[in-house]
Amino acid sequence: MSTVKATALPPFQFVFEQHANAVLTFLRGSIGASEAEDCFQETMLSALRAYPRLGDGSNLRGWLLTIARCKAIDAHRARARRPSPVADPDPGAVVDAHLEPDDGLWDQVRGLPSKQRKAVVLRFAGDKSYPEIAAAMSTTQDSARQSVHEGLKKLRRELR
Amino acid sequence: MTVDLAMTNRFIERAEAKGLVDVAVATMDSPVGTLLLMATPRGLVRIAFDHENRDEVLGDVATRLSPRILDAPRRLDAVRRQLDRYFAGTLRDFDVPLDWSLTGEFARKVLRRTARIPYGSVASYADVAVGVGTPRGYRAVGNALGSNPIPVVVPCHRVVRTGGAIGGYGGGLPRKRWLLALETG
Repeated sequence: MSTVKATALPPFQFVFEQHANAVLTFLRGSIGASEAEDCFQETMLSALRAYPRLGDGSNLRGWLLTIARCKAIDAHRARARRPSPVADPDPGAVVDAHLEPDDGLWDQVRGLPSKQRKAVVLRFAGDKSYPEIAAAMSTTQDSARQSVHEGLKKLRRELR
Repeated sequence: MTVDLAMTNRFIERAEAKGLVDVAVATMDSPVGTLLLMATPRGLVRIAFDHENRDEVLGDVATRLSPRILDAPRRLDAVRRQLDRYFAGTLRDFDVPLDWSLTGEFARKVLRRTARIPYGSVASYADVAVGVGTPRGYRAVGNALGSNPIPVVVPCHRVVRTGGAIGGYGGGLPRKRWLLALETG
C-alpha cells in the first residue's frame, strides 16, 4: 500500500519552470537589473540545496520569494559596504512583487527621488521591515521610515 | 522579465558543480520514439519511452529518489552517444554505469542476469528464472522484467517465451520486435 502526501515535493525542474520568472522579476524590482542575475543564481542554488528538507510544498512561490528577499538584502548590504557609490536600482525594472497589474502606480514610483524610491520598493515590493530597510540603505530606522513616508506622500499627491 | 536560456544553463552548470543535482534529465530522439533519460551521480537510473507521461515519470522519481531533479543533459552525453550507436547497429554492448536504486533486490538479480544475454540472442523467462536460482519463479521473473526501469540498455527485450513466442514488453510489443530485428540484423 502506498501513501500519497498531499504536499509531496514536485521535481525541482517544475518549480524552476513555474517560478523562475517571478523570482527574477522580483529581484530586478528590488535590487536592479545589474545585480538581479547574480542574486537570482544565488536564490535558486540556495533553494535547490534546501529543497529536499522543505516539509511543505504547498507554497513554493512564496518560499522562493522569501529566499530571494534574503539574497536581495544581502546584496543591498554588500553594496552599502562598497567604498564607491554604485548605480541605483534600475528604475525601469521596479515592479510589484505580486506581479499584478498596478494601474501605473509603479511608473510613479520610478519617478520618485532615489532615496524615497529605494525605501518604497524595499518596503512594498520587498516587504521588508524598517530595520531591514535601514540596514539595506545604510541609514537609520527613522530615516528609512521618513523616506517611505515622504515617498508615499508624493505618490498620493501625484495619483490624486 | 523572463529567465533566458543562458541564465538557465548557468544555473544548471553551477548546480552540477556544487553536487546539487541528484537526478539529471535529458531526452533524445530514437527510432523507437523520444527517450527520456535520467541519471544520478552513480549512473543511469531510468529510461522511459514516450508513451509514458514525462511529468509522471519525473514525479515518480522525485518521490522515490529525490526531488532535486533538473534538465541537465550533459550528464547523459555518454549514454546518448552509446544509444545513438546502438540504434545505428554499430554498438553491441553498452558500457555505462547503472544505478539500480529504482529496483528491488529480486528484480535487480533478474535484470543483472538479463544484462548478460548476448546481443542478437534471446533467452526464455524460464532460462532467466533458472539463472537467478528460482526455477519455478518465471512469473516473478516476468514481473521483474516488466518493471525494468532501464529498458534497451538493460536488454529485457531479449527475454521471450519458451518456444519462441515474443512474450510481453513494458514498452509495447512493436518496440520489442523492432529491437530484436535490429539485433538480428
